[in-house]
Parts: sequence; C-alpha cells; structure tokens
Amino acid sequence: MRHLKNSRLTRRQFLDRMAKAGISISVACAAGFWFHDSKGPSASSHKEANLFQFDFSIDGLGQKMSIVRGADRVATLRMALKSLGGVETFIKKGDRVLLKVNAAFASPAMLSATTHPSIITEMARLCFQAGAASVVVMDNPINDPASCFTLTGIEDAARSAGAQVLLPRDDLFTPMTVKDAKLIKNWPILYKPFADITKVIGMAPLKDHHRSGASMTMKNWYGLLGGRRNIFHQDIHGIIMELAKMIKPTFVILDGTTTMMTNGPTGGSLSDLKNTHTMIVSTDQVAADAFGASLLGKSLDQLPFIGKAQAVGLGTADYMKLNPAMGSVEEPPVEHR
Amino acid sequence: MNIQTTRRICQIFFFVLFLWFCVVTTLGEQWWQLRGWPVNWVIQLDPLVGLATLLSTGTVFAGLLWGLATIVLTILLGRFFCGWLCPFGAIHQFVGFLARRKRPLAEKIKLNRYNDLQSIKYWILIFLLTVSALELAIDLIRLPATHSLLFTILVLGFLIWIILGAVRKTGMNPKKTAFLFLIFIGVWLLSSALLSGSKTSTASVQIGLLDPISLVYRSINLVILPLFDRTSISVSMTPRAYAGTGLIAAIFLSAVLLNLAVPRFYCRYLCPAGALFGVLSRFAIWRIGKTRNECTDCHLCERNCEGACSPASQIRINECILCMNCLKECSHHLMTYQTAPSASGEILSPDLSRRQFLASAVSGAAAIPMLRISGHLDGNWDSALVRPPGALPEKAFLSRCIKCGQCMRICPTNVIHPAGIQGGLEGLWTPVLNFRMGTSGCQYHCIACGNLCPTAAIRPLSINERLGKNRYAEKGPVKIGTAFVDRGRCLPWAMGRPCIVCQENCPVSPKAIQTREVFNTVHTGSNLIVAKGDPLFIEFQDAIPAMKSFATGDHYVMLLPPENHLPRRILSTWERGLRVAGEHPFETPPLSGTRVDIQIRLQQPWVDPKQCIGCGICEHECPVPGKRAIRVTADNESRAPEHALLLKG
Repeated sequence: MRHLKNSRLTRRQFLDRMAKAGISISVACAAGFWFHDSKGPSASSHKEANLFQFDFSIDGLGQKMSIVRGADRVATLRMALKSLGGVETFIKKGDRVLLKVNAAFASPAMLSATTHPSIITEMARLCFQAGAASVVVMDNPINDPASCFTLTGIEDAARSAGAQVLLPRDDLFTPMTVKDAKLIKNWPILYKPFADITKVIGMAPLKDHHRSGASMTMKNWYGLLGGRRNIFHQDIHGIIMELAKMIKPTFVILDGTTTMMTNGPTGGSLSDLKNTHTMIVSTDQVAADAFGASLLGKSLDQLPFIGKAQAVGLGTADYMKLNPAMGSVEEPPVEHR
Repeated sequence: MNIQTTRRICQIFFFVLFLWFCVVTTLGEQWWQLRGWPVNWVIQLDPLVGLATLLSTGTVFAGLLWGLATIVLTILLGRFFCGWLCPFGAIHQFVGFLARRKRPLAEKIKLNRYNDLQSIKYWILIFLLTVSALELAIDLIRLPATHSLLFTILVLGFLIWIILGAVRKTGMNPKKTAFLFLIFIGVWLLSSALLSGSKTSTASVQIGLLDPISLVYRSINLVILPLFDRTSISVSMTPRAYAGTGLIAAIFLSAVLLNLAVPRFYCRYLCPAGALFGVLSRFAIWRIGKTRNECTDCHLCERNCEGACSPASQIRINECILCMNCLKECSHHLMTYQTAPSASGEILSPDLSRRQFLASAVSGAAAIPMLRISGHLDGNWDSALVRPPGALPEKAFLSRCIKCGQCMRICPTNVIHPAGIQGGLEGLWTPVLNFRMGTSGCQYHCIACGNLCPTAAIRPLSINERLGKNRYAEKGPVKIGTAFVDRGRCLPWAMGRPCIVCQENCPVSPKAIQTREVFNTVHTGSNLIVAKGDPLFIEFQDAIPAMKSFATGDHYVMLLPPENHLPRRILSTWERGLRVAGEHPFETPPLSGTRVDIQIRLQQPWVDPKQCIGCGICEHECPVPGKRAIRVTADNESRAPEHALLLKG
C-alpha cells in the first residue's frame, strides 16, 4: 500500500517501477522462450531397454541332479542335498541367499498349492548352517500377498529359521528386458531385491496346471513378474521358456512329496492330491521339470515348454544324462544311524 | 473518438472475432467453414492457459507463447485484457449495462463499490495454479534425494551467506538465521525422504474449469452454437448434439445472469485469469488515477466502474480493468491514465492474507492426490473412456487438457463429447468418444482434433502416424480401443437373422471384423416332404404357407439326413415348392418322400483385436437401436501399454 499526497512521481520512483516492470517482462520472456515447445509431445518415447539375465549358477560345478524317494520332506531334502556334496557345495560363507518360493495362493499348506513351509525352514536353516549371511524368502503371489504368506505358513516358516520375508511392494519392480526375449520386454520385474543377492534357490511344489500342463520349477519364476502379467497366458509355453532363460538359479528344488494331480494350479481339495513321495534337487531346471512330468503322468510332448527350453540350450530334458543320484529315506539314512 | 468508444470497438472486434472463430471451426464446403483461420488465437492469448500448462508440463506448447504478449502488455498497461479483449468480459459488460441502465445514480455507485470478497478470485487462482504446480513442487521437495549435489551446493551457498553476514555484521542475527535455516533444511530433508518413494504422478490442469476463455469457448461451442443449429441459421454441417451439457449451460447462464445482480460478477469475484492480471499489473507503467487529491467526493467516477476498483479514493490497481469509464464520468477531469500514481493514493496488492493464501494453496495441493485415491488412473480406470486418437497417456493428458471443447467442435462426425465424471472428477468435460451419437464413428483418415488442440493434450498426428504407414509401419496404426461383440444382442449370433453391418463398415484392411458361416435350421411349422424333384426344382407333397418367406437369398434347402448333402441356396419359392441356385444343382434329383429342412445362412461377426483400431464405426452402424451389439471400449488403446489386451510379437 502506498500513499502519495501529490501525484508527482519522482524520477527515482519511476525508475524503480520501470526496473521492476522490466525485470518482470524479462523473466516472463526468458521463461516463455526457454520452455517453448513448438512440436508438442511425441509418441511415448521408446525407453532404452534394461537388458538383464540373472546367473546364480556356480562356475565349474556342472549339471547335477538328485532324486530321493520318501515321505518325509525334510529328510528327503537333506539327503538329496547331501548326495550332491552337501549344501556347502552351493552355499558359501557370507552368501546372501534368496529363496524363490511358490506362495501363489492364500491356501493352507496341506492343499499343496504352495511350497511346503517345512522345506523352507529346513532350506533356510541349512543355508545359515553353511554360513550364509542372510536368507530372503520372496514371491509375487496371485492372491493377496500378505494373506498368501500368512495362510500358507511360509512367513512363520521363514521367520522361525531366521530368514527374512519380502512382500512384493510396488517400488521393488523395475521394467526390464531379457536378452533376445520376445515376451519379457520392458516388463516390470521383481528386480530390486536381487541387488545384493549372491545365490538363488527356486523351491517349487509339483502341480498340475490347466493352461501349461504343469507348474514346476521353470513356471515358478512367473512369480518374479509384475504388472498385468496374465497377458502372457496367451503364449504360456513361450513365457515359461523365457522365464527359464531369464534366470539361472544356483539350484532348484522340486517337491514331489505330495503332487497336485488335478484341478491345478489352485487345487483346493485333498482329492486333487497324490502321494508321490519324491524330492528332486537339480542345478538343471529343465531336467527337474522333465522328471516332474513323469510323476504327473505326463509325457514331454504334453508339456511343450520343456522341449522349447531344451531347444534353446537351457538344460536337458533327458535327465538320465545327468546321471542323477538316486536315493531313498525309507531305508534308514546314513547320517541318522 | 473518445477512449470509451475505442474500447467498445475493440471489445466488439474481439468478441466478433471470437464468435467467428467458433463458427468457422467446422468442416464443410461453405465459404464460412474451416479455411485456415487461427481459431485458437483467443485461447492462446490467454496467459493463464500457458502458465498453467507450463507448471504442469514444463513446456509452453506452440501458439500458447502468444500469452507472453498479453503478459508483457499487462505488465506495461494493466488489465487491458479484461476490459478490452476478453469476449467473456464483453458479454458481462454488455449484460451488466443492460441490467443497470435505468437504475438511479446512487444505486449504480453502490453496485460498483469494492467488496472484500473480490479477493475470492485470488483464492481460486492460487488453488488452480497449485493444482498445476504440485508435480513441480514435489520434484523440488525431492531435490535432496534426486539431485544431492545441487542440494549440497544450495546449502553451502546459504551457509556462506550466513557466515558472510555474521562477519560483516549486517543487521541480520546470525544465530537466529542459522537456527531457522537448520529447521528449514531439516524439514526439507524429511519431506524429501517422505516423498522419495512416491511414484504417483500428480500433474493435472484444472484451470479450464473457471478460466474465462476456456469457459466461454466451451459454452459457445457446446451449448450456444448447437442451439443455432436447430434454427434456419445452422452453423454446423449437421445439427450438433453433445452429451451432458446441462452443467456447462447452467454455469454459463448463471455467470451471465449474475450480472443482473452485480455488474461483472464473474470478473470481479471468480475469474482466475483476472486475478492473474491483477497480480501482473502491480508494476504497470501507466495506470488510472487522479491528477489531484482535491476532489468533491461525488463518486461519479464509480458510476460505471467495471472493476469496482474505488477510483474515487485509493484506487486498487489490481482490480482496475481499464474500462476508462471514470475518465469520462469525472466532471472535473481529475481522472487520467498516467505514469504517476493516483493523487489519492493507490493499492497495488490483492487483498489477501497469508492465511488465505496458505489455505488456497494447501487445498489446491491436496485436491488431485485426494481425487486420485479413487484409483481412476490405475486399476479402477473406466474403459468406457475412449479418448480421441492422439490423446496422450491419461496422466499426461490430464496435465494439458483445458476442457475448451475445440476438439468437440471441430470433430466432423460429432463423435467427441464432454466427459461426465467417468474419468474421475478431474476429467470433467474432457473429450470422450460416444459412438452412438454423431454421424459416424471416428473417421479413419481424420486427424482434425489433434491438429487443433491448443495444448496438445491430443497431440497433432500425421495421417501416416494415425494409419501406421511409411515410417510408422512398424508401430502400426493408432488404436483408441477395441470393439467387442455382445453375442446376446447380435442378430446373427442371438436371433438367427443375417446382418454383419459391422463387418461391412469396418474401415481397416484386412478387416478387423471377421465372420463365421453357420447354417441354422428354420422352423417352418410343417413337415417338408418331397413329392417330385429335378436338378433345380423341388415340389412338396403339401402346400407350405411359410414357403413364400424363404426366397430371400439367405435361405437354403437341405436334404436330410444333413451329413450326405450340401445346403443349396433357394432362389425362388411358391407355396408347394422351390427352385435352387444353378451353382449347385442336385446331382440326383431328390426322390419322392425325401425329407427336407429349410436353413438360413448366418455370418456371425467376431473381432480380431490385432486389427481393430477402435474407431467405433461398427458401433455407430450397428442396427440394434439401444445398447449396441458391438461396442468399443478403451481396451488395447495404444496410448496406455498397461491397457494392452494382446501379447505383442
């Protein structure tokens, strides 16, 4: 507010006002021309693809596989790992391990739609025993994540062994592209949790799957996809092959103790399940899935993703080539004697 | 010629120009239809449009730079735009003049008295600009997290300034300054940490709700011109109809009619552009004022004062719209337009307390994040919201669209309509396609809307880009949605009637609508048993009353059992028999006693989403009158990868 008793404008006042007006005009003009955009926005610019491929395999170890029969998951898992030289073969002191479990559905463990809690506890325990610095249990489930981890018992199982559970928060996803991929291109991947991980173990239950034929260790990586991923069901065998291409795990565990034979991948009834009493541990996920097919009573031709994965060199469907260590815990195991 | 006459001529000129631009924004063969006029010029001259989109997008699009001319002139001259140029202002001034023409002098003066509530328009301006600037503000708050080096330099610079201040012993209290500075940095760092994980975009432009130029364009385009379309002076190719214009009309009418109670009500109390000019006129070189303070206090100068800016006492420069009426009214010739401040003093700043400023800014900042909790930009998006081809991804679109209605006016088929709240409250009056209305769907070779849009909310496409030709061949055509067949309403699917109008009208090649051929047995009400047959003719044992309705060319005759025979097209019938087409004569003439079915050949449409561009011509042409049997939704629109329906590759 300015009061002036007479309308005489002093030179100083006038120059002051001129200067302010001049500065305002200059600022406006500078801003106008600086920010001027004569062309307008272009079509959503093609983002530079973040190429990636996870490789957590151990150099020089070669492809190994172990198949152990028995009803006790924990015992068969232990034996399978022992027959491959013990967990120390894979997990070294200071390793930060990620367990990619299947926590897809918010249903109790007894329905076998998800990775059984007992082997999660055991695997985490073994990792720590081998000197792992940390163990993270992770999945991007289909049902509500928090409910899935709670109701399946996976959260308690992980915690009881001192492992950390990681729910798939939005900010953990990054749009990524798998090298030479047709499908996983600029797609949100649960990528950030892998930042300081040194070993990855895939832990899948053995299940029937109406779209692909079977959900086993390769299909288990679907839980690393974010976004509206179900669009990939239009090419299910292609996406499973690309998922296997996306990640080379340290090893995978295929739990065929209780197999979901029908109504997969959700199941929902004990009558969908069958005791097949087999635990598979393999560094070759294609071989693990090929063996799993036999437990499901399916031929490899019924599961084209296995052939596709083999064709691009991700592993062998002829698992006998790996000379798998066979065992059984029906007979008293050595270490319990 | 005195200054008021000049002003009136100027107002009339711009009003007529504006009307002319509205009228010519239509396609057609007449001389008065679109012929390259700069129809957006009046919008572009409005700096509020440029400023709001600058804040929300960081750019000033093409012709919006014209707003700079208005800004420069306003800084030099004051609010000339309101008094001399604004077509909405001209309407208000004229209606206000009619309303108070016969009122007594004292009442006129009273009507033009300044009212404290005139500062409401500044609240509105601050609210709307904060809405636009929020994204920018959040980016600034995040500075410590995103540009830590820049932040450190800023902090260090400030520290040096404080130290220098302490050393040189200026008036500043270094302890207090340092303390405040620490608190400020602390709050900044905390807010930065708080907001660093947030990825949600908050950019939005809502200026169009009340910006006078957007408002008057929208009202004239969507309400007033369509009224004339229904008289003998039609101003569009076909009479225009726009869905949901009730609210637009109500607001326009209220704004105009309020002049009956208070002259220039909208300009004085509500107009955010006026408020912006008010702020800009602070350093005006020339302003209205008295030459001498000695005055009879007759207040005659306020008789026709359009701005209610109190010229008789301390004039409020930010309210003065340069109507120049006071110059004539003052019988002592005290009022003038000069470089010196008024002899009775002047008030330069809006009547706005810090508290009011903060309240408006905080509500503006909260508005969009609060609205977006509804999820209408994420999982809860409405697929009925089909945007015109070239519309930016929804968030970018909402940070540009000023709801002016230019795209709706130019659209040759009248398929673009103002949205209701299906795109969220913030999407009110933004363009949405309604395929049931207009003359046809979205025309295959048309790029009018994007090339007219003043803010590039719909970006200018080339024909090649729209159609996916030449260098756009790899990207393919611009898709605005996908058509879905409703098999429960479709004539060939549900009702056994041939149709496929949708397939015929599909403009893409190869057609996005394909058909499946099926033969359905028709109920004839009788047993059809052959009495006599030859290669082309069948005569039945009984007269069949329904037989006359089977000579449609779509009906076929089938000898039973069907597995041994082909359906043969019926060319003509009479009550006791029929003739089949010569292309498939019976190899062995049907024997007496053979049973026969009449069948109808149906082509049932299905959509290939890979080909469909969502133009909606099929929906427009579908003969099912109410809810169409083929309808377009925004699924698979090119602008939103997250709405993809198909796997690529």
